[in-house]
Amino acid sequence: MAGAAHRTEERRLTRRARVVRATLIGVSLAFLGLLLAAPLGAVLAQALAKGWAAYTESFSDPDTRAAIRLTLLTAAIVVPVNTVFGICASWAIAKFEFKGKSLLITLIDLPFAVSPVIAGLVFVLLFGSQGWFGPWLQERDIQVIFAVPGIVLATLFITFPYVARELIPLMQQQGSDEEEAAITLGASAWVTFLRVTLPKIRWGLLYGIILCNARAMGEFGAVSVVSGHIRGLTTTMPLQVEILYNEYNFVAAFAVASLLAVLAILTLVLKTLVEWRAGRGGA
Amino acid sequence: MAGGFRKPSVLPGFGLTLGFTTFFLSALVLLPLAALVFKTSALTWTEFLEILLDERAMASYRLTFGAAFLAAIVNAVFGFIVAWSLVRYDFPGRRLVDAVIDLPFALPTAVSGIALATVFSPNGWLGQKLALANIQVAYTWVGVVVALILIGLPFVVRSVQPALVEVQRDLEDAAETLGASPWQVFRRIVLPAAMPALLTGFTLAFARGIGEYGSVVFISGNLPYQTEITPLLIVIKLEQYDYNGAAALGFIMLVMSFVMLFAINLVQAWGRRRQAAAGR
Repeated sequence: MAGAAHRTEERRLTRRARVVRATLIGVSLAFLGLLLAAPLGAVLAQALAKGWAAYTESFSDPDTRAAIRLTLLTAAIVVPVNTVFGICASWAIAKFEFKGKSLLITLIDLPFAVSPVIAGLVFVLLFGSQGWFGPWLQERDIQVIFAVPGIVLATLFITFPYVARELIPLMQQQGSDEEEAAITLGASAWVTFLRVTLPKIRWGLLYGIILCNARAMGEFGAVSVVSGHIRGLTTTMPLQVEILYNEYNFVAAFAVASLLAVLAILTLVLKTLVEWRAGRGGA
Repeated sequence: MAGGFRKPSVLPGFGLTLGFTTFFLSALVLLPLAALVFKTSALTWTEFLEILLDERAMASYRLTFGAAFLAAIVNAVFGFIVAWSLVRYDFPGRRLVDAVIDLPFALPTAVSGIALATVFSPNGWLGQKLALANIQVAYTWVGVVVALILIGLPFVVRSVQPALVEVQRDLEDAAETLGASPWQVFRRIVLPAAMPALLTGFTLAFARGIGEYGSVVFISGNLPYQTEITPLLIVIKLEQYDYNGAAALGFIMLVMSFVMLFAINLVQAWGRRRQAAAGR
């Protein structure tokens, strides 16, 4: 009898556990559905609201094409520069012990903590017509703010930590024994990096580059402050989305937005693949 | 360098890489931020306080901080539930859901902004239904909160997930065997263990929410005194070439970022101490 009572007790408990489980999963999915799936679906639905022809037609607008080109150009400059920086910073930080290291790491992370609007604002204060270097630049007829260089600078600032912050913990955890062995055996610095370090960090590096690229192409706030929104000249894709949206040209706005959404989904897919490879292939 | 600035190492490239790192960091990040501080320090105290305590600015702080705080609270609750479901339960599509959590990181803020504005506008999918219940989200402060919930979600989930993996299951089993109810197990064992991570996620989401611009400006309606966030006020001042006003507000936001950074470090240090104490 006691055994039977115990068994019903357990069954009751597991049933309750099952209810809790179903409720929590349900709440999670509902929350994510409202917050993530609905907006994403809205982008695609709005972009295709007037059919496929209207959708593709949106991309024949010369201003939109110029915006796509500018976004690609910005990413093509920013991503390599910040990749080189990230590798340098993580080499210095992970392979050597020196004073002020934790301060350096904090400073590298700083752009993550700062509002995008501030990132744009500081470059206006430096290079704008009333800024520190404004008069000097004006004399030489160089325009930084409301021009492409300002957009590149603001994007560099925003995406500054991405590669470094992926590589620093990875390289710190891997240690330097193998590099020290290579150097001691007579390999040059460059060969040591290419043949010993790079294969060990490649997945982390790729991960950082993917995230850096996604942010570089999608940055809105910082770029919006320095761009001046000159159509066809200083509008990136996110700014073009804003312009079209504010003109109530919803199909075109969401068409450009859908490209950025596809980029985001692609980023997530690549990120998942890289995590999966890093997990089984050993970093 | 005889004072031991760095420990000796056989590896090459220290001077080159550290030199490049500090140069690039100074030129790209520190110098521009210094420009902001200097621009603000050129103001007199009265000018500075006048900009800071201006009625419209005060209204924008209330909205910015209030909405960011509310959004972080909502994320702490729902983000915890999501993290729990992902760590403890197996259900079809779990891996897909896990990957999708990072969408707000990857999706450009302007895109999430116009998407949310469309979904929640009075004739949008959700806006229509909420309008029946007399709730308006788009173009009110509620819209700002919704946008910030979206932006902050991954911070909480990604902070809490590893902490939940670490919770000692044998402790939970022991408590259950000793007669603790599931709720007691959760409150006494799981929650304390996950608390530092939850607080870290909360603070990260809050900090991000304060500075957020792109996803908010489309759904907020941007009415002065009502639905205008502080970053937007900075942009407006810049558009009017009021560089002093923009710099002063920017400076305050920068100070807030440092305070938040400091708070995050404190929370993380506290979490490490607790973990070390629990390990003994």
